[in-house]
Amino acid sequence: MGSLLRNQKVRNALLQIFYVGALGAMVLAGILIARRNLAAQGITSGFDFLFKSTGWDMNFSLLPATAMDPYWWFFLNGIINTLFLGTFGLVLATVVGTIVGLARTSSNDLARLLGRTYVDIFRNIPLILQVFFWYAVITHLPSPRAAEESWGTFLTSRGLYVPVPNVGAWTLAAAGAAVLAAAVLPLWLGRTHRIDRPLGQRLPLQLAAAAAALACAVLILLAGRLPDVPFLDVPALKGLNLRGGLRIPPEFATLVVAIAIYGGSYIAEIVRGGFKAVGKGQMEAANSLGLTAWQVFMLVRLPLALRAMLPILANQYVWLMKATTMGIAVGFTDFFMIVALTINHSGQTLEAIGILMGGFLVINLTLAAIFNRINKAIALKGNQLRG
Amino acid sequence: MDGLEMTVAAPPPPTIAEDLKRRYFASPLQALVSLFSLAVIAFVVWKVLNWAFLSAVFTASGGPEACHAAAGACWSVIAERWRIILFGLYPFEEQWRSALACVAVVAMTVLSCIPAFWTGRRLAVVWVAGTALFYVLMKGGILGLPYVGEESWGGLALTLFIFVTTCLIGFPLSICLALMRRSDLPWISRTTGLIIDSVRSLPLITILFTFAIVLPFALPQWLQGDKLYRVILGSALFFSAYQAEIVRGGMQGVPKGQEEAARALGLGYWRSVSLVLLPQAMRNALPATINQFVISFKETSLVVIIGFFEILASGNAAYGTGEWRFAYVEVYVFIALIYFVFVFSLSRYGAYLERRMAVGER
Repeated sequence: MGSLLRNQKVRNALLQIFYVGALGAMVLAGILIARRNLAAQGITSGFDFLFKSTGWDMNFSLLPATAMDPYWWFFLNGIINTLFLGTFGLVLATVVGTIVGLARTSSNDLARLLGRTYVDIFRNIPLILQVFFWYAVITHLPSPRAAEESWGTFLTSRGLYVPVPNVGAWTLAAAGAAVLAAAVLPLWLGRTHRIDRPLGQRLPLQLAAAAAALACAVLILLAGRLPDVPFLDVPALKGLNLRGGLRIPPEFATLVVAIAIYGGSYIAEIVRGGFKAVGKGQMEAANSLGLTAWQVFMLVRLPLALRAMLPILANQYVWLMKATTMGIAVGFTDFFMIVALTINHSGQTLEAIGILMGGFLVINLTLAAIFNRINKAIALKGNQLRG
Repeated sequence: MDGLEMTVAAPPPPTIAEDLKRRYFASPLQALVSLFSLAVIAFVVWKVLNWAFLSAVFTASGGPEACHAAAGACWSVIAERWRIILFGLYPFEEQWRSALACVAVVAMTVLSCIPAFWTGRRLAVVWVAGTALFYVLMKGGILGLPYVGEESWGGLALTLFIFVTTCLIGFPLSICLALMRRSDLPWISRTTGLIIDSVRSLPLITILFTFAIVLPFALPQWLQGDKLYRVILGSALFFSAYQAEIVRGGMQGVPKGQEEAARALGLGYWRSVSLVLLPQAMRNALPATINQFVISFKETSLVVIIGFFEILASGNAAYGTGEWRFAYVEVYVFIALIYFVFVFSLSRYGAYLERRMAVGER
């Protein structure tokens, strides 16, 4: 026995068996104890509860969800809410981050000072504090009765009321597709080799394409208007409350604003790092080729900087997606809050935690896969690598 | 030589006007950017100055009514409620202990920023002693200090306690996890990798929630402990999962020859790790480590969601009741300032270290 223990291979095998075994035993013991404890409270484990109706309401859902609907429908709506909020937050944070990041890399001292102040302030204050702050600000806005109107929009303590076109769902989807095309077409035009015009001289073409697509969107909306009602559904005061228009709930507005501002300060640093990573030689070469400042930026600086940024940006996006769980602090029914409420109301603790972990694993893996795809597609290949 | 210098006259130094023109008005676009930035700066500086100082109310003597009359900030809410914000529900006569404990933590942090303390043993001594001092001061029950249970800790002291204990448990754990992940034994490295990656894929708040609310179901009665310590464990686990990857990155930066040389000298595994691998790995990982400390400090604030009375919750309580309801901006600005002082100085220190180390490597 003693000589066996002195054998390196045997010792390694024993060590591994012990480690994995101990961890496995701990998890197993935890689950068994939890099942016994829950059973003592009259809760049967299993996923049957997913098909029972919840008996409580979601305060925000894109698809109709009532207390009569089953748990799985609520979980699905929670994931949709998380993705919806995350997408809005990510896009806005990227816009803010790009602007601030460009200011930080500008040659102008004043713009740099502005950018730096922004980053220093918002990066160094916890996100949850910013969420509380914006929530307090928004819920302290005047009540709908006292709110002032500007361009048909009301900022009130019960949410942001904005006018929406009176159109059907399909018309809205078609118009959305046209707006998306307005963003994608110029990008495609800037890269494709099917057009004779040299790269870098396509700005008029790109602008024209974007304008045409936007015009299409407006036309679709106008053509799809419902009969007998005004084109724009403008919110208006009726009695004590505002009627009509689209209400953006304070919880959602708070989270979008907080994520955009906080995330923007991080993305600004990533953008700055990306631009800093572009070699001086590249810029000098581009300038000495006689390219205009705009061409240097669009054809040399931006593409190289984007490639340097993307892997870090992907991490940041995953982080921001996880930050949507702050919803629970203000009562926005995101995926995590649905899970927490489920545990509260149904007591199906283990199952709900399992669903929570699985859900976030899927979201993270999907995001990572998408960004890996993009990263591979735009990475410099073969000859392009020569600096 | 002389002749050459005579013929090439130095260009006249630019006048101030020329200098300004070159820097801010070189092109129409530049001019536009400059003017816009200047306008924004002027607007923000004026607004902030006016709000925070010129038309603000500073003393609590006038009560909330004095604030309603003024257009600016109402700092009287801070003057009136600063003890709640900083110390939470800690007994009023004992609050000096809470303050002293915070000072101890700050002193400990400053000490560990001095390079003379950068050996494993000294850091361990400073941190364990600092945390013990904090714990004794806060909890009392000995040395003639009245006993104060964890349930009445609050405010800044609770925030600092959670942060410090998170680091104290999480840091050694992260080194263990990193070593296990790069172990040669496949099952150990794979299992550890799985743990690290799963923890990293979850948001912190879900882990805190699981440890605070769900874990008691899965633990036998005698192991459950106080909710505060369970949350600290969860937060330490989260910290160590991220920090382990940073340490592992640092270890990958150590040339393979170093470890081989250590083996060739006859050092065993533990000695080669502690004398050769770790010191170099930690040096590589230092900037990212400080960054992780900064992030972790900010994320401590999340425990407010689990229902702890840390500084954010005590701030909510400070303005949440009755007469001061309108003064929420001032309270949040005050708390933000406290966080800012801690986080900003730590991250500036990190940036300074990074620059210093970059000089060494050149």
